[in-house]
Amino acid sequence: MNTIGKVTGIIANLVIVETEGTAAQNEICFIKDGDTRLMAEVIKIMGKKVYVQVFESTRGLKVGSEVEFMGHMLEVTLGPGLLSKNFDGLQNDLDKMEGVFLKRGEYTEALDDEKIFHFVPMAQPGDKVSAGSWLGEVKENWMPHKIMVPFKMEGEYTVKSVTAEGDYKITDTMAVVTDKEGQEIKISMVQKWPVKVTIRAYKNKPRPFKILETGIRVMDTLNPIAEGGTGFIPGPFGSGKTVLQHNLSKNAEADLVIIAACGERANEVVEIFTEFPELDDPRTGRKLMERTTIIANTSNMPVAAREASVYTAMTIAEYYRAMGLKVLLLADSTSRWAQALREMSNRMEELPGPDGFPMDLPAIISNFYARAGFVYLNNGETGSITFIGTVSPAGGNLKEPVTESTKKAARCFYALSQARADSKRYPAIDPIDSYSKYLEYPEITEYLNTKVAPHWTEHVFEAKDILLRGKETQEQINILGDDGVPLDYHLKYWKAELIDFVILQQDAFDKIDASSSLARQHFMLGKVLDICNMEFKFESFEQVNPYFKRVINSLKQMNYSEFESEQFEKNQKELETIIQERKTA
Amino acid sequence: MEKDTKAFQRVYTKLFQLTKATVSLYADGIGNEELAIVDGRLAQVVKIMGDVVTLQVFAGTEGIATNAEVIFTGKAPTLKVSDDLAGRFFNAYGEPLDGSQIMGEEREIGGPSVNPVRRKQPSELIATGIAGIDLNNTLVTGQKIPFFADPDQPFNQVMAMVALRAQADKIILGGVGLSNDDYLYFKQVFDNAGALDRIVGFINTTENPPVERLLVPDMALTAAEYFAVDKHEKVLVLLTDLTLYADALSIVSNRMDQIPSKDSMPGSLYSDLARLYEKAVQFPDGGSITIVAVTTLSGGDITHAIPDNTGYITEGQLFLRKDSDVGKVIVDPFRSLSRLKQLVIGKKTREDHPQVMNAAVRLYADAANAKTKLENGFDLTDYDERTLEFAKGYSEKLLAIDVNIDVDTMLETAYDLFNKHFSPAEVGIRQEFVEKYWKKN
Repeated sequence: MNTIGKVTGIIANLVIVETEGTAAQNEICFIKDGDTRLMAEVIKIMGKKVYVQVFESTRGLKVGSEVEFMGHMLEVTLGPGLLSKNFDGLQNDLDKMEGVFLKRGEYTEALDDEKIFHFVPMAQPGDKVSAGSWLGEVKENWMPHKIMVPFKMEGEYTVKSVTAEGDYKITDTMAVVTDKEGQEIKISMVQKWPVKVTIRAYKNKPRPFKILETGIRVMDTLNPIAEGGTGFIPGPFGSGKTVLQHNLSKNAEADLVIIAACGERANEVVEIFTEFPELDDPRTGRKLMERTTIIANTSNMPVAAREASVYTAMTIAEYYRAMGLKVLLLADSTSRWAQALREMSNRMEELPGPDGFPMDLPAIISNFYARAGFVYLNNGETGSITFIGTVSPAGGNLKEPVTESTKKAARCFYALSQARADSKRYPAIDPIDSYSKYLEYPEITEYLNTKVAPHWTEHVFEAKDILLRGKETQEQINILGDDGVPLDYHLKYWKAELIDFVILQQDAFDKIDASSSLARQHFMLGKVLDICNMEFKFESFEQVNPYFKRVINSLKQMNYSEFESEQFEKNQKELETIIQERKTA
Repeated sequence: MEKDTKAFQRVYTKLFQLTKATVSLYADGIGNEELAIVDGRLAQVVKIMGDVVTLQVFAGTEGIATNAEVIFTGKAPTLKVSDDLAGRFFNAYGEPLDGSQIMGEEREIGGPSVNPVRRKQPSELIATGIAGIDLNNTLVTGQKIPFFADPDQPFNQVMAMVALRAQADKIILGGVGLSNDDYLYFKQVFDNAGALDRIVGFINTTENPPVERLLVPDMALTAAEYFAVDKHEKVLVLLTDLTLYADALSIVSNRMDQIPSKDSMPGSLYSDLARLYEKAVQFPDGGSITIVAVTTLSGGDITHAIPDNTGYITEGQLFLRKDSDVGKVIVDPFRSLSRLKQLVIGKKTREDHPQVMNAAVRLYADAANAKTKLENGFDLTDYDERTLEFAKGYSEKLLAIDVNIDVDTMLETAYDLFNKHFSPAEVGIRQEFVEKYWKKN
């Protein structure tokens, strides 16, 4: 029997319920309001008073309304058919909802019960299995989707039977296993899991040792993110966070991408809805939408569900990781999630931390980031979740609680700079302030130097050094004037500009330049560093600027041409001629 | 205030707590956010604790006695919608200012959001004739964009101009703390243009109580949804000034003893503003709501919580600036941004539009650098001198808010200026466009 309670207080979407029965922290309950049932989550219990946050508007709700506690936490449904879907923060399938407007209390099924999948068994009767073990496989779009022993099943089981190859619905029994007592348990393609609990169906989580290619030069070359790593992108509005995230989702070398649009503009989500079904996945030739799941909780959708949305996305990512897939999870923006926490903490009259955020904000953020990672599954296969979140710092000031808490949790920091955005230097990632802690990992260094080229990381640090020196020189030129500094200063400055224009800047809207392979990045960085290490002859500083603009232009033309194509080689020859004009050593 | 008296209404007469903005009393069977009339003034339920109901009185509680009559209406705030709305002005409660009555279906204001999968990607250009907008920061139907302006700038005039030229089926004006002069200005401008029948106004002037303002944007947007959803019309909503709306929010949260976050604003400011702005939408059947708003700044500070949160919500922002070199108010090409322009420029407009726009702005930036050089006492090169000349022409013929030409003429004007001061190589637009559109003389 479920616990029943009654509403005794309402302040916006915080509702106080009185009950004689048992209730649990984070338990889900439904509040009856006329014909509709409003979903809510327990956030505090004080004696008989249970504080719940309602995932919907509480307009018209009355004291005395009946509340039914469900005995479980907020759960998502996991099974084939999650890809290509547009969910809201509570995993309602938005396409199944009727009407133009979202109706209060309307909840739709996440998966399609009637859809047929072709099942191929993998396990044999007699196999010893545990949570997360692969029993069989279906094809979801074109992606192999493993049917696993549900994560909720603890301990070891023996497979009694596996259903033969054929076409089945997701609710059909795919396998029967027996527990230690010999009790039979039927397993279908679908299972449920509470979003706030980490799925731990893996053997171990080593330190990340590979990098995830994103095709974005300023990331891959200068500050690479590890496969299974974490990163965050803080930036003021208008600095290109969303374009960068969209570009990541299009080009990163992941098996699938999960996008949590958390408290952001609806039109941006519509852009994904409109474009992704049309865009080709550059690696597979399929449509991008086929490997994408969107969790859309736009800024005008209920605040409490916004908090849930990032957990829903992370849980779906963990589900696919357990199949041995490489998942990229993007959340835009985690600041909106933190604000949702603040609104609720405020209503509960908790003592506030900095800027009114709850005191445990840093802990909540680092726990969340910790769910990403590269894992060895129990069967020896590997899977990963690489997580990149954006942060929208208030006033563009990075010394605010969400940015600072995230900085402690994430290993890569991609600072978007207003100055770079203003001068249209996109992606506006600041090369000096940003960092990747992974570059300090010996295993990553080794990986890069094996995979890209010997001494690669040394070249990367050399490029960073030139950029830093260029910035210093620029400041001096600004103070002393063009003719007030030695000629050498102009050279230093323009060599840094060379790296900036050719390596850092990248045209996200150009077909070819939008994504750059590691081999190509290696080639271009080599080219640019060669030039940086050359000596040139100039009579006056006035010659430096136009000369380097020509050099930059021919290198940029190379960026715009297909790698190693005829055009590419032609541009490279042009570059050689320009270099020979003034090269002395 | 006239309200129908219906059977389910309940009347109470014992208030036990009064603050400047709220009253509390014992009552039961009351719904959250329900409307009530306290001593003849409109109020809304903001908190229920057991049998204690707290109401926010929009007009303030001055003079309300503990034995005042409280009538609960059993419903949330509503607006009567019908074609009758057109051509009329209303107060914050949705009552005609001329004292007349309006017929129509009663709809709750502040209703639910549009399902994102039922939206269409905006793709229709809104021509305003102002080159600072059409050329550099093109507006698109379904967009939401504010003017970030200092209080002394002519944002209301520009907004009225945009509204009249926008070819919208309906223009809905939400006056939030509008000065009476500005209200009359809007009325007169629309009247002179013979556009009054396309206008619906919801007006809260500075003479009205500040908390009433909170109703105005919701009223305006409910009317907008009626025309956009039910009538498939292109609706333009003008909201001026949303800084005053945010100020009213902070008054209420303060009275409710909520902990303020940045700049004394309520912690929910982002969600509160997003709830309004996100009503901007393009529907697949042609109906649309476009929101042009005003956020006044103090001393140009865009890091203040109100403009900052607004910037994260809206699809760009427009800045006005006085250009002292030409003595005109211009749309600042550096700080202004329309995030949706990519959806239309070069697609709905001529193919070279993006390149011409970028080239002109870049040359204008070069002129700004030249100016700094000049101010710091450095010598100017010949190129610097030419950029300065170009900047003057660009400011006067294109950026100034009194310009009224179509996009093709804007592009021609830009080429004329390029041709006068630069070589094609210096302008750096794609060769095929130079050949096609650059008229040499």
